[in-house]
Amino acid sequence: MEQGNVLSYFNLFKLVLSRDLKIALRHRDDVLNPLLFFIIIITLFPLGIGPEPQTLAKIAPGIIWVSALLATLLSLDRMFKSDYQDGALEQLLLSPYPSFIWVLAKVIAHWILTGIPLIITAPVLAGMLNLPTESFLATFWTLLLGTPVLSFIGAIGAALTVGLKKGGVLLSLIILPLYIPVLIFATSAIDAASYGLPYGGQLAIIGALLVGALTLTPFAITSALKVSTN
Amino acid sequence: MPWENNNTIEFISLFIALQSLSAQIYLETKQLTCIKQDRILFEDLNVQFRRGDIIQVAGPNGAGKTSLLRILAGLAQPYEGTIEFDQNNINEQLELYRQNLLYLGHLPGVKSELTAQENLEFQLSLHGYGNSDAEALLADVGLLAFEQSLAGQLSAGQNRRIALAQLWQSNAKVWILDEPFTAIDAKGVEAIEQKILEHANNGGCVILTTHQELNLPSNRVSRLELDYRF
Repeated sequence: MEQGNVLSYFNLFKLVLSRDLKIALRHRDDVLNPLLFFIIIITLFPLGIGPEPQTLAKIAPGIIWVSALLATLLSLDRMFKSDYQDGALEQLLLSPYPSFIWVLAKVIAHWILTGIPLIITAPVLAGMLNLPTESFLATFWTLLLGTPVLSFIGAIGAALTVGLKKGGVLLSLIILPLYIPVLIFATSAIDAASYGLPYGGQLAIIGALLVGALTLTPFAITSALKVSTN
Repeated sequence: MPWENNNTIEFISLFIALQSLSAQIYLETKQLTCIKQDRILFEDLNVQFRRGDIIQVAGPNGAGKTSLLRILAGLAQPYEGTIEFDQNNINEQLELYRQNLLYLGHLPGVKSELTAQENLEFQLSLHGYGNSDAEALLADVGLLAFEQSLAGQLSAGQNRRIALAQLWQSNAKVWILDEPFTAIDAKGVEAIEQKILEHANNGGCVILTTHQELNLPSNRVSRLELDYRF
């Protein structure tokens, strides 16, 4: 069998990643929606519980992280949906390359489009919530390590529910409990940082979760996609 | 005379070799059964798809034509039975099978946010034809001057043509085409039929469904009838 030009795994990864980014950039509201949601939720909290700086500073890590979870959740549904609806998913599943590579590319594209905007805007919002400046760096690190975990774990749920007409509720039920470890260690790291304590341990655990998610979830995502398209 | 004998034997063995070559089985189903929503679509299906075959899967709506094609492509699992490609179960050699397979489902897998050329280039790269000339292929299917148009702005027939342009490049042994003529005009249908015949003449095997009469030499097309069962 003569093949014209066999792609290396890295080129396949680049191909799928750039395609997904291109599609998202031509469909901008999908990218802006989770970010706006994130900003709006966080700005609503001071209005709801009053502007006392101490109270806000105390709950700021929780607010930022819960908002990040919900914003990610909001964006998960579309990760595989359009590919499923127009048949592109079948073509991806039938490509002779290992599904690990293109699944990885798709999840990382999702993280670039939702995770990175959250990381960039978080310091501004943290300032608004009167979070002590010592915690800014911790917030950045937890988001940098934690948001990809959210994308990877969320992708399993998105893949499982892609064939359902209204999979949104089910998706939240499946995924939110799995987000709890990330939430606990991330907020605890930011809390520790605000008291001037070391928070390397919490970061290490989130890092371990990231490595685990990066290496293992693509297999689960592929299986889930196969079940959904069966 | 001994030399004469030798020659005869050589001739006979050549003849046998040619015979077996022309009858080479690419794809074979063994006791294939498909059950969907407690309804048996087909049962104990034993079919051989050989080199040079054009097989039209026919039957009323809901008879299981698409289900059969999806099972043959490895996208869906049969309730019972196996599919063999070159005498080996496809599930044991998925990568090799996919290299030799072109499947075009009833959804074209074309992204509306990408241009015709970007779509075709992506689909070709995904199947290992990365260095082919997408522009020329689009011209072959009558999409000259539409290369840079977003697929979302093109008609349903033009979208299908983008996907079908792969037929002009693919040298996969097995083509599985689910309703390839949907939304295609008469002239386009003729061109695709010629392409199918050419592929079969070049040693390929084409399995397709269509409700239209195929305009091909009747001795080349075999029909596989599926009945609607209750």
